[in-house]
Amino acid sequence: MSAQAKRFSGANIAFGVLGWAVALLMFLPLIWLVVTAFKTEAEAFTVTPQLFFEPTLESFKAALAQGGGYWHYAWNSVFTAVASTLIGLVLTVPAAYAMAFYPSKRTDFTLVWMVSTKFIPAVGVLVPIFLVYKTIGLLDNVWGLIALYTAMNLPIMIWMVYSYFRDIPKDLVEAANIDGASMGQTMRKVILPLATPGLASTGLLALILAWNESFWSITMTNHAASTLPVYIASFKSAEGMFWAKMSAASVLSIAPIIVLGWFAQRQMVRGLTFGAVK
Amino acid sequence: MAVVALKNVGKQYPGAAGLAVEDFNLTTHDGEFIVLVGPSGCGKTTTMRMIAGLEEHTQGTIEIGGRDVTGVVPKDRDIAMVFQSYALYPHMSVRDNMAFSLKLKKYARADIKQRVEEAAEVLGITPLLDRKPRALSGGQRQRVALGRAIVRQPQVFLMDEPLSNLDAKLRVDMRAEIIKLHRKLGVTTFYVTHDQTEAMTMGQRIAVMKDGVVQQIDSPNNLYQQPANVFVGGFIGTPAMNFLDAAVENGTATGSGFSLVLDAARRDAAGTRERLHVGIRPEHLHLAGNEADGQSLRGEVEVVEPLGALTMIQVRVGDTKVTAQIEPHQQVAMGDAVALTCAADKLYLFDADSEDTLMGIDSGVADQPAA
Repeated sequence: MSAQAKRFSGANIAFGVLGWAVALLMFLPLIWLVVTAFKTEAEAFTVTPQLFFEPTLESFKAALAQGGGYWHYAWNSVFTAVASTLIGLVLTVPAAYAMAFYPSKRTDFTLVWMVSTKFIPAVGVLVPIFLVYKTIGLLDNVWGLIALYTAMNLPIMIWMVYSYFRDIPKDLVEAANIDGASMGQTMRKVILPLATPGLASTGLLALILAWNESFWSITMTNHAASTLPVYIASFKSAEGMFWAKMSAASVLSIAPIIVLGWFAQRQMVRGLTFGAVK
Repeated sequence: MAVVALKNVGKQYPGAAGLAVEDFNLTTHDGEFIVLVGPSGCGKTTTMRMIAGLEEHTQGTIEIGGRDVTGVVPKDRDIAMVFQSYALYPHMSVRDNMAFSLKLKKYARADIKQRVEEAAEVLGITPLLDRKPRALSGGQRQRVALGRAIVRQPQVFLMDEPLSNLDAKLRVDMRAEIIKLHRKLGVTTFYVTHDQTEAMTMGQRIAVMKDGVVQQIDSPNNLYQQPANVFVGGFIGTPAMNFLDAAVENGTATGSGFSLVLDAARRDAAGTRERLHVGIRPEHLHLAGNEADGQSLRGEVEVVEPLGALTMIQVRVGDTKVTAQIEPHQQVAMGDAVALTCAADKLYLFDADSEDTLMGIDSGVADQPAA
């Protein structure tokens, strides 16, 4: 069979169609969201969905002004996501370094234990954390949220960076030791340059997880520290549903992270396949 | 350049049953080339890593240049190491790889440049200076790894199986280059290998190790002629020495398929023992004619390996496989019944129980004086 014929064989066409169908199915809610964002509330609420309508920015304008304004929430989202990611990386690197290059008998256990904390549903620890935060005055405080996000992401960050570090031959660390590098110099001049793609994709993942986080943001903040998920949720109010505005708010909330993801895609893919290609 | 002294050095890994290295004693001459050799897991690499400071020794003391380095971190030991994997920094150019240690020591820029270029010149890697390690062949990486070690002008070189990732021809070439380099620089060098040919050709003195214990530390010729025990006898020399279990009676060592008359010196060495291990190197065995000189090993030829310059044959003598080196013109075929003979003064005798050497050989080859 020639390459051309093989390309268009029945099975390949079937898989191609299936692939597109699945992709479309997954993408449909997002398209619906974006389309709805450009409708009026009345159009958004019709029982038979309208496919053709006059796009309007009305919902966006309304959404931007809602509840103290989009920018208040957006800033909180940016600040908490970036700060928790940076703090996370600062804590992750030494932890992963120690475990990757100076493993002890308990290293494997520690790793599993760390990740096992992610098995606990957030609701399970909500009450104690809420009470503690209430007592020490961290409710509705960005730093309270940052602490939560950092803690939430640390296990997965450490695990990821640990595996990137593990891909760096131990000989390199020893060579640097013999060449006269201190631990800090080894870190700065040998380890970090080699692990940059891995650190970048870890950071990006942490950023996305923190950005999208809604449970803690909704339960632990009122207004001052609220992030974009709270803003979206605010359109579901006692006075009724505001589909169009909520859609507009959602688009505004996910757009930055999608754009960032788009630009970082190359780096991300490189980071995720770092170990494989060496 | 320095004298390295290991005194009763031992290593106990936490949780391990026995010692990884036991009671290692060696004092080098200044500028000596020492080879640590032995099968894998014998503790040779651990010993080198203890000298480097990458592992702490748990017993004894290590001195470099008269200074006890116990507890001294690797970077303060004034040593350079060449790793089996080369361990070149992949994100740095060859130049930066070589300059790394000098930069850390805050040498002047011009000084670094000069030293790196001199070392590159010596190793013939000047055209590669601005390349990254991944753009180099194995042999070139090996040179860069050596270059990174020599720019430092350290007191001691440590080389951990540096040639084992190279193909056979390149290995022979690099072996010669390392010897030349050592002669030129005169730096005390420890060289770890599992390859006895490498050990014999490179070492001024060779430490043969087994199970963490040094079996013998001696010159190549002494190891060959006067091995300390069965292990060293079998480990040094290719093809390996043949061992025969023999009963001794009336000054003759006999066993299934062989009978060997012991000369006076060997009779003395054997003393009153009734059993011995007899060692014969393949190069000392010859096809016997019809003459009967008392030494004979008889058996059937099982394998014939013509190597061009010489031919190796394996002969089943009783229940022992004996390898002999014969001349290529001597026509022998598989299945032939042959008789082998060996000069009486080429027999190695070992105690049957302790496996220690009772008597080696004296080939009359004097050792080269240590450079």
